[in-house]
Amino acid sequence: MTIASIRPYGGTPKDTEDKFHGNRILYVGWDRHLMFYAPICFCIPPSMAFADFVAGPLAQAFGDHPQWAQIDWTKANWLRSNQPFSPDGAKSLHDNGLGHKEVLRLQTPDLQGIGGCAI
Amino acid sequence: MDMNAKKKLGLKEKYALMTRNLGWETTYEPMDKVFPQMDYEGIRIHDWDKWEDPFRLTMDAYWKYQAEKEKKLYAIIDAYAQNNGHLNVTDARYINALKIFLSAVPSLEYNAHRGFARLGREMRGVGPQVACQMQAIDEIRHAQTQIHSLSNYNKFYNGFHDWKHMNDRVWYLSVPKSFFEDACTCGPFEFIIAIGFSFEYVLTNLVFMPFISGAAYNGDLGAMTFGFSAQSDEARHMTLGLEVIKFMLEQDPANLPIIQRWIDKWTWRGVRLLTIVAMLMDYMLPKRVMSWKEAWEVYFEENGMALFNDLARYGIKVPDCAALIKKEKDHISHQAWNAFYTAGMITNFHTWLPSEDEMNWLSSKYPDSFDKYYRPRFEYYRQREKEGKRFYNKTLPMLCQVCQIPMLFTEGDDPTLISYRQIEHKGDKYHFCSDHCQHIFEHEPEKYVEAWLPAHQIYQGNCFAEGADPTAPGFDPLKSVLDYWHLDFGRDNLDFEGSEDQKNFAAWRQQATTN
Amino acid sequence: MSNVFIALQANEDSRPIVDAILADNPGAVLNEQPAMVKIDVPGRMTIRRSSVEARIGREFDLQEMQVNLISLSGHVDETDEEFTLSCER
Ligand SMILES: [Fe+2]
Ligand SMILES: [Fe+2]
Repeated sequence: MTIASIRPYGGTPKDTEDKFHGNRILYVGWDRHLMFYAPICFCIPPSMAFADFVAGPLAQAFGDHPQWAQIDWTKANWLRSNQPFSPDGAKSLHDNGLGHKEVLRLQTPDLQGIGGCAI
Repeated sequence: MDMNAKKKLGLKEKYALMTRNLGWETTYEPMDKVFPQMDYEGIRIHDWDKWEDPFRLTMDAYWKYQAEKEKKLYAIIDAYAQNNGHLNVTDARYINALKIFLSAVPSLEYNAHRGFARLGREMRGVGPQVACQMQAIDEIRHAQTQIHSLSNYNKFYNGFHDWKHMNDRVWYLSVPKSFFEDACTCGPFEFIIAIGFSFEYVLTNLVFMPFISGAAYNGDLGAMTFGFSAQSDEARHMTLGLEVIKFMLEQDPANLPIIQRWIDKWTWRGVRLLTIVAMLMDYMLPKRVMSWKEAWEVYFEENGMALFNDLARYGIKVPDCAALIKKEKDHISHQAWNAFYTAGMITNFHTWLPSEDEMNWLSSKYPDSFDKYYRPRFEYYRQREKEGKRFYNKTLPMLCQVCQIPMLFTEGDDPTLISYRQIEHKGDKYHFCSDHCQHIFEHEPEKYVEAWLPAHQIYQGNCFAEGADPTAPGFDPLKSVLDYWHLDFGRDNLDFEGSEDQKNFAAWRQQATTN
Repeated sequence: MSNVFIALQANEDSRPIVDAILADNPGAVLNEQPAMVKIDVPGRMTIRRSSVEARIGREFDLQEMQVNLISLSGHVDETDEEFTLSCER
């Protein structure tokens, strides 16, 4: 459907990749850890290695949670756009196929939030 | 002239003289050119004279009663200020609800004024023209009285100092701002369904009745006065909203699907917006009149449903979102407070944990959700506070492209899982909090791709303090964003516990009640 | 049949109006809340000028109600003599 407008109206996307100074938006949520009220919006160079992203910005964001340090990374799962995703830690975010405004969900089946209460 | 002749005119005749005989068919210019915005939304109107005016308020009566309302209002506000009435509110935490109100609502009122002023010009029938013009004047009055009433608090408490500046910039205030700008950029018919019907008729009772009654209950005469004074106009606005929808439906059956889509869209947009009111009612009123859920059940499920039943004969259906809303009513106020409490470093008001008593009240009002999902969260936060580790989330949230609310809502059937929706449009990804926000986007992507999403704008570098150099060594982006918002770190934000507001209120109250 | 309602500020101006509504509308239910009163009536509610006048002992214009009105539901029909709210037009 098209918009009802008095003149033709195209709409100019406000958040295209070119506006982020070489970075990309990446959203990450940690399932059942709602101490973080919403998935986090990161702005990251696509050349950063996935492992560095996890050890750096992600750890900084989630590290305040006591379960962060307990994550067994061999058992953790990732979803990308709600589909299973197996990142290669050594490869860059870009080479892992993570485009602009991609959303990742981290699932830690053994850790369901504090007291198992999704906190 | 016999002066009594005027008196003998009944209300109906008087009103008809004003609203019908003042209009005329133009001859220098064709009517379609005089009213150029009547066609482009696809709504068909055949006979404007079929418009029935719900209230028959003539201009003389309008000015008379509005003047009386203003006199009453300002008498109360003056007395309240003169008497230091702010020290009579139940608890200084309450004042934070007013900070949210001031930074969100008068700007909405002002935009409502602009929207209805435009409609007063663009509507082709004289009846709706007059009603819209009166409403335009009402709305600017609401903005003014709210600003005047709340300016008194600015003399004493932090966070009230720059509400208009903040309304245009602070992250969470993009939610109300974009809501109304979405409406104002619609055609005139969609605007009036959006604001006159979905917002005023279906939803404002939820804002003004339980919340303002709550303000009164908490000793805030100022908010009670402007709230009820505004709401007395609202009764007229609501009946305009109802009349307009019936009129449009009766004019042409082809209008039905268009109107149904607008009702679906704006009921959902409005409900999302009211999340913050839910939070105000359940968490920010120290003395509570009723829970958000109870208010919802009375004003939406009872009254709103009665309305939809009434409209069923035109083919109008209850909006699809009603099913999800029913599930969410047990959760949204708690989820919103969880968000603001943890985001308390970037708020223009103070946050706090509910006391044990308050949690017990919440358990009793939300037996199916509070103890299971939310009490454990607050108890964990309490434990952290005791250990001196009050949790602040220092990140920026992912936002819904349409409602612009952080993605804090959970799946209808699982309150422990965030609800994620996404689509691709012209090679870009867009994210939504719900199916309903996604559908709104899909219908008019041209509009919503332009959303000014604060988190993205910050990352694009558009929200730093004037003159700031993000490349300078030691540049602190968070500090610079707070400066850009005119938010004073340590005074306006953070926990209520230990705040300047808390100390001042306690000291002044002490002075007021002892010798 | 669903209810219609009217809500008024709880003050001296409203009291005779509330009394008139309760007297003239069988089935009316009064709900008192902080600073306001809400009256629900199944189907239809009528406010009569004459009933209010009988209570206040002076002439009354139904539009005076505007000053203390908080909210209402249903279809409004307003004449000099009566102010009516109904579920169906
Ligand atoms: Fe208003
Ligand atoms: Fe949304």
